Amino acid sequence: MRMPNKTIATAGALLLAASSTLACAKTIAVAPGDGAQGRLQEALINAQPGDVIELAAGRFALDDGLSLDVDGVTVRGAGMHATVLDFSGQKGAGEGLLVTSDDVTLRDFAVEDAHGDGIKSKGADRVVYRRVRVTWNGGPKETNGAYGIYPVQSTGVLIDGCVVRGASDAGIYVGQSHDITVRHSLATENVAGIEIENSRNALVAANMVTGNTGGILVFDLPGLPVMGGGNTVIEKNLVVANDTPNFAPKGNIVAGVPRGTGVMIMANDGVLVEGNTLEDNPTAQVLVVAYPKVFEDKRYNPYPRNVTIGVNAISGGGDDPQLPGGDQLKAAFGGALPPVLWDGLGKPGEALKVAAGTPGLSLNLPAQGASAETAKPGPFMASVPVKLVDRKSVGAPAALEARAR
Amino acid sequence: MIRQALLSVAALGALLAATAPHGGAVNDAAITETAYPQALSDYGFFADAAAQVPAAGVTLYRLNTPLWSDGAEKLRFLYLPPGTQARAQGEGLLDLPVGAALIKTFAFPVEGKRRLIETRVLLHRASGWVALPYRWNEAQTEARLVLAGARLPVTTPAGQVIDYAIPNKNQCKECHALAGTVTPIGPKARNLSAQWLAQQHAEGRLDAVPAVATRVPVWEQRERAPVALAARGYLEANCAHCHNPEGSASNSGLDLRWEQQDAYRTGILKRPVAAGRGAGTFEFDVVPGDPDHSILPYRMGSTEGGIAMPELGRASIDPAGLAIVKRWIAAMKR
Repeated sequence: MRMPNKTIATAGALLLAASSTLACAKTIAVAPGDGAQGRLQEALINAQPGDVIELAAGRFALDDGLSLDVDGVTVRGAGMHATVLDFSGQKGAGEGLLVTSDDVTLRDFAVEDAHGDGIKSKGADRVVYRRVRVTWNGGPKETNGAYGIYPVQSTGVLIDGCVVRGASDAGIYVGQSHDITVRHSLATENVAGIEIENSRNALVAANMVTGNTGGILVFDLPGLPVMGGGNTVIEKNLVVANDTPNFAPKGNIVAGVPRGTGVMIMANDGVLVEGNTLEDNPTAQVLVVAYPKVFEDKRYNPYPRNVTIGVNAISGGGDDPQLPGGDQLKAAFGGALPPVLWDGLGKPGEALKVAAGTPGLSLNLPAQGASAETAKPGPFMASVPVKLVDRKSVGAPAALEARAR
Repeated sequence: MIRQALLSVAALGALLAATAPHGGAVNDAAITETAYPQALSDYGFFADAAAQVPAAGVTLYRLNTPLWSDGAEKLRFLYLPPGTQARAQGEGLLDLPVGAALIKTFAFPVEGKRRLIETRVLLHRASGWVALPYRWNEAQTEARLVLAGARLPVTTPAGQVIDYAIPNKNQCKECHALAGTVTPIGPKARNLSAQWLAQQHAEGRLDAVPAVATRVPVWEQRERAPVALAARGYLEANCAHCHNPEGSASNSGLDLRWEQQDAYRTGILKRPVAAGRGAGTFEFDVVPGDPDHSILPYRMGSTEGGIAMPELGRASIDPAGLAIVKRWIAAMKR
């Protein structure tokens, strides 16, 4: 986005904030029952900026995707267990709910069994997801939708107190976005619990991430309109026993995530992993790698840079690594791999710094794209400090907090 | 096929018969005012709506290669207010003045007769384009606004009973959005016939006849066109409205516009980004020489939500479109 647009957008947001306190904003109540699809969709279309669409308690049986394209609207249910948007009978659309407008607040409702993604917000700046639940009730299945909560190409994202379960890609996926907070949420039985992809200035804090294939992923991929991910903080999360076998469809990038990965960083510039509890992730508590595949995009840097693994509370893990030659490696290390696993790619002194007292294992791959068979595993020390993440620029804008109360 | 041809002949006959505007003039205020007109008849686009005979100032057109919509017959019309004209913008979209409207009626044959299902209108207002869907009644006397869309059973020309979806207002925008604002998709010079453009110019409705280097092939004559052009024309008409750098699917990085020359951007050996299970068991959008391991035809060949592409606007599979795309991929050098 160019700067003038942004200025205008900010001015618009201020106007919205002002107008929403005026009497003109109204509350539109929608109840489940006959014709819920049409009534709810019509309410979403007819809403004006500042309006609240209030979803009554109960189960809304929906047969199509829903969408919202009006700025400054709040969609509020009676609670993430009381108000359920049930998409099990969905016939079309790529997601349950699609949001394409700015300054939208989604709170206190659930989306169940969407055929594609759960809730997608695209180009929807300053979006707030508060106490929203997105689940696939059959548990982990390849036929489940890809993403639970899916903001993409947005500036300003706050995800707070949400629950995601069963996504065949990532439970919470933030892609190609800036200024992001994901906190106080529960991600379980997804392929990736929480994934930050091709994004900058993300704060992932105090989430419970357990029973996924991989817990928290920070990826930067080539060939996308927005690249150059980084400046991200992963802190105070409980990343525990992520041991669900990978159930992603084969073509997906997350299909390559080893079962049992706690935190995984692929490429990116500037990631801090600190103050987390990392427990019983059987492949690696922390995995740091270069992008492993062939790419043509000349703008893309496939290596991890300025990754700091600070002090985390680490216990167990590494005892059932899903890696080629994993059993031999494990035996060589006395029954469990060290907590930090690195493919060895990236510049020494720039790629990675690991806190003293946290042992690491490098695969010492010879080059980007090399196969695991060419690994020469050995312990490593990465004690040279790298450039630190700029904490002040990390996280969702403070102005979003009022909508998350 | 024969039935369709007969229907078309009948339509032409009806059009020729309508030499004089006997249904009154188009209601310009309905196009430009801010409210949502509740009935299609409010606009006065048709001299005889049931027969789809246009009013004065409303012109029938077709696209060389159209968007496929479950085999629906589509009747496309352009309305220009008196005294205005469209402006050519090279090979791209015609620039239509405020007050212009694009009208598209969807019909399926029932017992040999054309049954109107819905008419979608795109209205060019001072504030921008507005897209609205109208559903025809049983008696075929009127179409009424369905802001929230609708579903109804339809039998396709291929004999398949489908749950046909009339899009809601937001879904109209999903396809018609460019950088977040509503825009027409169809009337690009490269996908219109040279004769039609010349005629519009001769009649003063178009400022110039735009030069087009390579025209999108006429779909019915695709066998005579190079397979790559026929396939790219199909992708342009069926996919590129979302899969372009400013469209709804911009985040995919896949760009299926006619003018895109970069092979990777068009999906060749491009990995999916957020395709989810839409990727199936495959790694690339297009694998040269190997359509059976390419994601693009895999998604075209599905009707399942989360896999099927396009996401909106079809409930069945287009065998002809799928065939041309597969032939294009099969003909690529491995």
